Amino acid sequence: MQDVAIVSFVQSDCVRYAGAQNEVELIMPVVQAALKEAGLSSVQDVDFTCSGSCDYQQGAAFAFVAGVDALGAVPPIKESHVEMDAAWALYESWLKIQMGQAESALIYGFGKSSPGELSNVLSLQLDPYYLAPLGVDTISLAAMQARSLLEAGEVSEADLAEVVVNSRANAKNNPHAQLSGDFTVDQLLAEPEMVSPLRKHDCCPISDGAAAMVICTVEKAKAMGKPYAVIKGIDHRIETHHVTLRDLSRSPSVEIAAEKAGVHDAPVDVAEIYAPFSHQEIIVKRALGLDDSVVINPSGGVLAGHLFMASGLSRVGEVAKRIIAGEYKRGVAHATSGPCLQQNMILVLESM
Amino acid sequence: MSLENGSATGQQVEVLSQKFTLGFTYTRSTGPIVGRFLSSLRDGKMVGVKGSDGRVIVPPVEYDPVTAEALIEFVDVADTGEVVNWCWVAKPTEHHPLSHPFAWGMIKLDGADTPILHAIDTQGDASQMKTGMKVRVRWIDQAQGNIKDIVCFEPGDSSSGNIPRHDFEEPVVMMDAPTYLDYNYTAGNATARYLHQIRKGKIVGQKAPGGEFVYVPPRGSCPATGVATTEEVECADVATVESFTIVHIPIPGNPIKPPYVVANLLADGADVSFIHLLSEVDNDAVEIGMRVKAVWKPEEEWGYAMDNIRFWKPLDTESDKGGQ
Repeated sequence: MQDVAIVSFVQSDCVRYAGAQNEVELIMPVVQAALKEAGLSSVQDVDFTCSGSCDYQQGAAFAFVAGVDALGAVPPIKESHVEMDAAWALYESWLKIQMGQAESALIYGFGKSSPGELSNVLSLQLDPYYLAPLGVDTISLAAMQARSLLEAGEVSEADLAEVVVNSRANAKNNPHAQLSGDFTVDQLLAEPEMVSPLRKHDCCPISDGAAAMVICTVEKAKAMGKPYAVIKGIDHRIETHHVTLRDLSRSPSVEIAAEKAGVHDAPVDVAEIYAPFSHQEIIVKRALGLDDSVVINPSGGVLAGHLFMASGLSRVGEVAKRIIAGEYKRGVAHATSGPCLQQNMILVLESM
Repeated sequence: MSLENGSATGQQVEVLSQKFTLGFTYTRSTGPIVGRFLSSLRDGKMVGVKGSDGRVIVPPVEYDPVTAEALIEFVDVADTGEVVNWCWVAKPTEHHPLSHPFAWGMIKLDGADTPILHAIDTQGDASQMKTGMKVRVRWIDQAQGNIKDIVCFEPGDSSSGNIPRHDFEEPVVMMDAPTYLDYNYTAGNATARYLHQIRKGKIVGQKAPGGEFVYVPPRGSCPATGVATTEEVECADVATVESFTIVHIPIPGNPIKPPYVVANLLADGADVSFIHLLSEVDNDAVEIGMRVKAVWKPEEEWGYAMDNIRFWKPLDTESDKGGQ
């Protein structure tokens, strides 16, 4: 496999309510900034563009098509879209480069969740005969996953709270975070349960916003004279769609993806884990086989701000950004999709 | 449509929003495996299917989750079982099966090896919920052949016995599965500025600074360049027909009686056309290039919508002539 360079990453602030901004107005600033950071003047300067979004979030049919208006696609560009987090748009773009069909790509993801009720929207991704008619929601499913972990006896509610304490503390250094600050485990455990055993702070906030990234071949990145991070490995694995048939306390798909992406080939300095619920960070960290020396979610992760459909891309961007800045040499980025960590993608990034 | 003072980033504008419900009124075909399960529910019985490893999977799945082998061997199981996982919903939503606080549970039915997910009713008492507790199905009175024939589960170690009794001859092959999602949709910044002008009886397009094209209505950017349309350009309420069609079939919910003319109209001063109605015209005389003018509703009826203009009619009198 050919190394691929990440040359720029930009994300918007995570806000609960982006007001009037439509998809075009959310996408334009991050795309323009990502192109500029890569030293490019317009979308015409990349070979391929790919986006990730979900129209059900804001209830606007073909918002993903309307979003192309943000790009400046005249003359026509090569463009694609995934109805998934933009991390999967990154995967498609990475494949294009592997196949020699492109040397560079612009990737973006956007989500405006505020017009709808995200937890109910996500019911629609469940089994349409057995679960969706009951209105089983995301938070309830995650709560049962948390209980399966807690009742196995290896993890306590204090461990979940500690994940949140670290997230909020790390997010103090993230200007795009929605939630940040200094909290203690005892403070958080004193909060009431929302959907037991989860408390409100165990669940990610809901955010509006967008993120964009530019990738290219290493040769091109060198020619551009820009610092970059290198994608050394990438792998995506899926578990069964039936949540009741899974052992929710562990993540075999992360285990396999980590192995295939080469996580264990050398020591890991930093990891950004896409865990919308506190206990999921513990499950993924274990499945990745990371010990306590690894810095987890220096950005605060999605518990500090959740750009649904761009959060996976942001995890990759947050690791890349720190590697480019020279803070770390080798990092892991994780993206997830589906109920209770059903699908997982793992990337290994290294310094140039 | 409601108004609020939004603090949108970029150009400040009053946020225009509109609540709506999106309905997906699907009827789903069940296929033989799910259909068999739903047919059994209708008769007040629970069945599972035997997996490749001999596990009894309830509710049945069509393919083995590990080997992907097609599964066909049905096994009767009890309508009683044990809770293996649960969470407590203190504030149910309208989408949930119970309106008072309840638990979601994963329930391993007696005779099954995998759990079924459903609601558990303890009359709002969270303290009754324990992993390992015994529960039984509370059946609906009038079974329909869908998952809601199970109202919920309730504490109890033996069957309630109140199972639905029907004599259905045909198996379940279809299932009504309507879904409704509520939204409060917001117009974009650019669109909101445009609609504020329409509210005042003006067609005000937008263009990017230094841009070539004036967009009516604007959606936020010049799509050709990807630059925000921050400049406003007032257009006339006189337009040219770019294209049109004559609609002969009635559209459900549309008060306009066919045949009527729908046209792409290019307002004087704009560079892209919008779609609107033509009326007070001989339909057979409509042609591309025809000049038309807006017929506005009375001012007191103006809102934030293009139907402030009732329709467009030919620019045919001497006093109407002019424009481009």
